[in-house]
Amino acid sequence: MNEPLLIVDDLVKHFPIRVGFFQRQIGEVKAVEGVSLDIRSGEIFGLVGESGSGKSTVGKTIVRLFKPTSGTIQFKGKDITKLKEENLHFFKKDAQMVFQDPKSSLNPRRSIKSTLEDPLITHKIAQNGNDRTKIVRDLLRMVELSPNYMYKYPSALSGGQRQRVAIARALAVNPSFIVLDEPTSALDVSVQAKIIRLLQKLQKEFQLSYLFISHDLSLTRTIASRTAVMYVGRIYELASTEELFIAPLHPYTRTLISAVPVISKEERRVRPVKQSRGGEIPSPVTPPKGCAFHPRCSLADTICFQQLPDLLEVMPGHFVRCHNVSVNIKSAKERGNLFVKSYRGN
Amino acid sequence: MDDQYMLEIRDLHVYFRVYEGVSRVLDGVYLYVAKGERVGFAGETGCGKTVTMKAVMGMLKIPPAIIPHGEIFLDGRDVLKMSQRELLQIKGTEISMIFQDPMNALNPVFTIGEQLCDVIRFARRYRSSGVNLSKKEVHDKAIAALGEVRLPDPKRIKNNYPLELSGGMRQRVLIAMALVNEPSFLIADEPGTALDVTIQAQILDLLSELVKNRRISVLLITHNLGVIQETTERVYIMYAGQVVETAPTAVLFNNPKHPYTQGLLASVPRLTGGQIAEGIPGTVPDYIDALSGCRFHPRCSHAMPVCSMKKPPFTMLKPDQYVACYLYTEKGG
Repeated sequence: MNEPLLIVDDLVKHFPIRVGFFQRQIGEVKAVEGVSLDIRSGEIFGLVGESGSGKSTVGKTIVRLFKPTSGTIQFKGKDITKLKEENLHFFKKDAQMVFQDPKSSLNPRRSIKSTLEDPLITHKIAQNGNDRTKIVRDLLRMVELSPNYMYKYPSALSGGQRQRVAIARALAVNPSFIVLDEPTSALDVSVQAKIIRLLQKLQKEFQLSYLFISHDLSLTRTIASRTAVMYVGRIYELASTEELFIAPLHPYTRTLISAVPVISKEERRVRPVKQSRGGEIPSPVTPPKGCAFHPRCSLADTICFQQLPDLLEVMPGHFVRCHNVSVNIKSAKERGNLFVKSYRGN
Repeated sequence: MDDQYMLEIRDLHVYFRVYEGVSRVLDGVYLYVAKGERVGFAGETGCGKTVTMKAVMGMLKIPPAIIPHGEIFLDGRDVLKMSQRELLQIKGTEISMIFQDPMNALNPVFTIGEQLCDVIRFARRYRSSGVNLSKKEVHDKAIAALGEVRLPDPKRIKNNYPLELSGGMRQRVLIAMALVNEPSFLIADEPGTALDVTIQAQILDLLSELVKNRRISVLLITHNLGVIQETTERVYIMYAGQVVETAPTAVLFNNPKHPYTQGLLASVPRLTGGQIAEGIPGTVPDYIDALSGCRFHPRCSHAMPVCSMKKPPFTMLKPDQYVACYLYTEKGG
């Protein structure tokens, strides 16, 4: 773990809502409302949250599939937010993305070979056909597929195999950073296990950094070294993954972890008690005033309705956005939680 | 007939005639749901969970489907020998279903109230002891049903269209529809898996509470093993059209016996962290050149010559725990 590869500072992304013939704007979807995070080189950074929390928008904005409304993204020391589309070439070669559903992210009318050759041509990696075929063969081998798959079409492949092709396509340009947007949520668990093992192997082999976006907390626990929890466009808690799961301090994080269906007694023991009163995620068009979680939170008091809490570093590397975080710190201390023991203060 | 069981499936085979030949999907499925019991039915995509469920509900199109062998008893009555009319009488009244995708299961052009009242009137029409309800009574019943699934302001929701509700609310409407005619058996196909974990947890809590209070038998079909652990008493694990193992839920998750179940459980990421297993080598077999014997044998690290020749019988390990694997039979082991 060394210097950050990617620094995202106060990223904001709003989408206009337009209606009618003249496309009059009637409102905004405030998908991302000021997200700051840094990803170190060789790190797997987890981003979790419910659907509608804005986690996918963060991922897509980071690889510049969307233009940010405001805020900066620094990649390898360069600010890429101000760059124009035509100057983004170097960045797009270095930062790739793997999407959720391999069925729709691969073109059904193109063979695997032609899909994988595309990035090689665009980024001028291999000009002649023989070189390209050789690289495609290597790529398929890298994702543990037989080179014979080259001439097949996506329809002939299973879901897991398609996702392997999508990973191979991302690797084709030799990137250092990949955004993985729910890469296994369309797959069965036994297939998911294989894809996750493959992603871990590739990460070690090529010293890759991942932004791992997922709604599956158990999976994020397995793969990520640090994890951020998003809710209605903002990060509400960020810590090393182990610390986040053993000592969750935000009521929303606790609620999320408490809701995960688990299969063993050990897991049931580590699940915290939920701190919410039911309810659902609010609309990002009209987010609640103050802390966005207050309508569901069982710790909420008057200040939570009025003022958005800051994301504060309550312990080294552990950030929480909550007015009443001291309540949870105190109770964690009383239970003898190892992570919170070192914490001094109120 | 033994009347301790709500549902009995014995040696069910379902084949499909397709262009390439005959696709042998179900290969001798056994499944029992006792009265008042909540049973989980787990397996990966394409293992035949939905086909089994459709056979029970009489929803298979024959042809292309063929049922060469097997029996299905619902509360002691043979489903496969029922007429369409008899099936209609029990569907939606004695057994009902909750579907996976709450958006597709509701009709977007009718209000929640219209659809719910339809379900109530349907049951009145087909139930042998049909009592005609007045318009007002149907309306009241619908409002009460929406209230029972804890939808806020049922009077307003009744006039909403599905589009105006969130995913979690739609799923609640589906539960209300499934339970409004007081069925004694409920089949839930992946309830809540399209939803976020916090909403899913709310839905599962609600469902568990409602079925417990009414002593409804439940067959919960899902690929999410965590959901099964949280909500059921007994579980069946299916692989490629064969039931490989069944046991009380806690027993099975603590101590899986069948090599497939072991591989499956090792692949599940845990909340306590730690590396997940390599998965199971190989892929799910094709149903057209269906394998003989145990269909798991090409992927199994314990495979023996006998595994590819003859289908393993169920071996009883403990009372209530059965596994179909030669590792546990005296002859094979």
